[in-house]
Amino acid sequence: MPRYFTDEHEWIEIEDDVATVGITDYAQEQLGDIVFVELPEVGVTLDKGGDAAVVESVKAASDVYSPISGEVTEGNSALEEEPALVNTSPEEDGWFFRMTVADASELEGLMDEAAYKEFVANL
Amino acid sequence: MSDDHDIAEAFEELPLEKLPLDAWHRARGARMVPFAGYEMPIQYAGEHGGIVAEHNWTRTNAGLFDVSHMGQLLLSGPDLDSAVEAVLPIDLSTLRLGQQRYSLLLDEEGGVLDDLMVSRWPDALFLVVNGATKWDDIGKLREALPDDITLHHMDEHALLALQGPKAADALARHATGEYPLSALTFMKLGRFQIAGHDVTIARAGYTGEDGFEISLPAEAAAEVAELLCGEPEVQPIGLGARDSLRLEAGLPLYGHDLSPDTSPIEAGLIFGINKRRRTEGGFPGADRIIREINEGTARKWVGLKIDGRMPAREGAEVFAGADSIGTVTSGGFSPTLGAPIAMAYVATAHSAPGTALEIEVRGKRLAATVSPMPFVPHRYYRGN
Repeated sequence: MPRYFTDEHEWIEIEDDVATVGITDYAQEQLGDIVFVELPEVGVTLDKGGDAAVVESVKAASDVYSPISGEVTEGNSALEEEPALVNTSPEEDGWFFRMTVADASELEGLMDEAAYKEFVANL
Repeated sequence: MSDDHDIAEAFEELPLEKLPLDAWHRARGARMVPFAGYEMPIQYAGEHGGIVAEHNWTRTNAGLFDVSHMGQLLLSGPDLDSAVEAVLPIDLSTLRLGQQRYSLLLDEEGGVLDDLMVSRWPDALFLVVNGATKWDDIGKLREALPDDITLHHMDEHALLALQGPKAADALARHATGEYPLSALTFMKLGRFQIAGHDVTIARAGYTGEDGFEISLPAEAAAEVAELLCGEPEVQPIGLGARDSLRLEAGLPLYGHDLSPDTSPIEAGLIFGINKRRRTEGGFPGADRIIREINEGTARKWVGLKIDGRMPAREGAEVFAGADSIGTVTSGGFSPTLGAPIAMAYVATAHSAPGTALEIEVRGKRLAATVSPMPFVPHRYYRGN
């Protein structure tokens, strides 16, 4: 399953026609304790680079952008009860939402894991 | 992903200075952020690090905060009390040696330029002012005070706060003086020694807990910080938890809850206008302040408890039905209550505790209830 990364610290994983989106371990580390995640509603159409979700830490609200264009098919309901999953398991159980892939070519501009690691190391 | 409400944003354009404990913070894995013109620790790494862990540690044990960015000023000279009373709405005739009191620097219209602590030292008054406003404060005080009053900016001193229910136990093992540390009650201060260094310790703070603020020579700061953090009750605490702790304690933050656009009477800070001055006046903004004391204000600063888990932040609009009746000035998530809390100026008609209101956040309305402050009870030490 290919996984891609954005320079805004979102990850996106593609399995068949469905993409799963979350924020990276680096992002959760920067944000600190997550107390609330506002997810997009199912059925909403997202644009690549547009606002998709909001993650609230104790100190601040931060926007999460959609890595690609598509329609939201599912939100991670586990985050309602346990937003701290984003801290403890950002790249697995703490995923944010799932979406369709409107245009697979949009993935081409994203980083792979090695490129993202290098990107973060230079921040 | 991007931070859009970072507390540091107002200062990121200025060249940043380093505080005396800069290297000490970094060695403890602190994440440093720009604040009040300095690089300051927002949170620390490690087992006890992170805003919520640091917050909870302070509520149950003792947290060490570096607040050396704050301005420490020493005023001395002839007829000092009357000169200072012309600038601050304080009654210095009742401020005895070793006592500390909250006061306000007001502009001519009664707007708040800063909030500060004033303490009586032998032949001097010791002021602690906010970091972000200290240069303006110094200018304002220098301009307003007679030339024969000396204003010394103690920028060769650091300021450490030790806060929490176990702060007294931890500090008593190191502070020696003419009398024991336990002789200090809330809002009292005295001279002590720690590890051979002369320090001034005030029993006060900004968390709602019992605790102390220690003024000491900058060159002694790292040694004393290391000594205190060697105690089992003590962990270093960053600015992030300092903000969530003061929010729970219902304490205003200058530049957010207080500004030149707010009056201390709107903010419920009438205790900062000492009783004699409420009738006598004779301080900047006295006309408006005395009028507001007698006639009330159109809006009041209140606490809000918010339903659900979504926090409301500074700037969010407050509604009573369809009517916009106020604005949030501080807001966040309370680790102690496990719920979002906020502070806001609202129309006086909607300011009674228990009033149901709504706060608009990103197009959604959050249900909120006016709540008495503090949100978490203060636990100051006022003697046995």
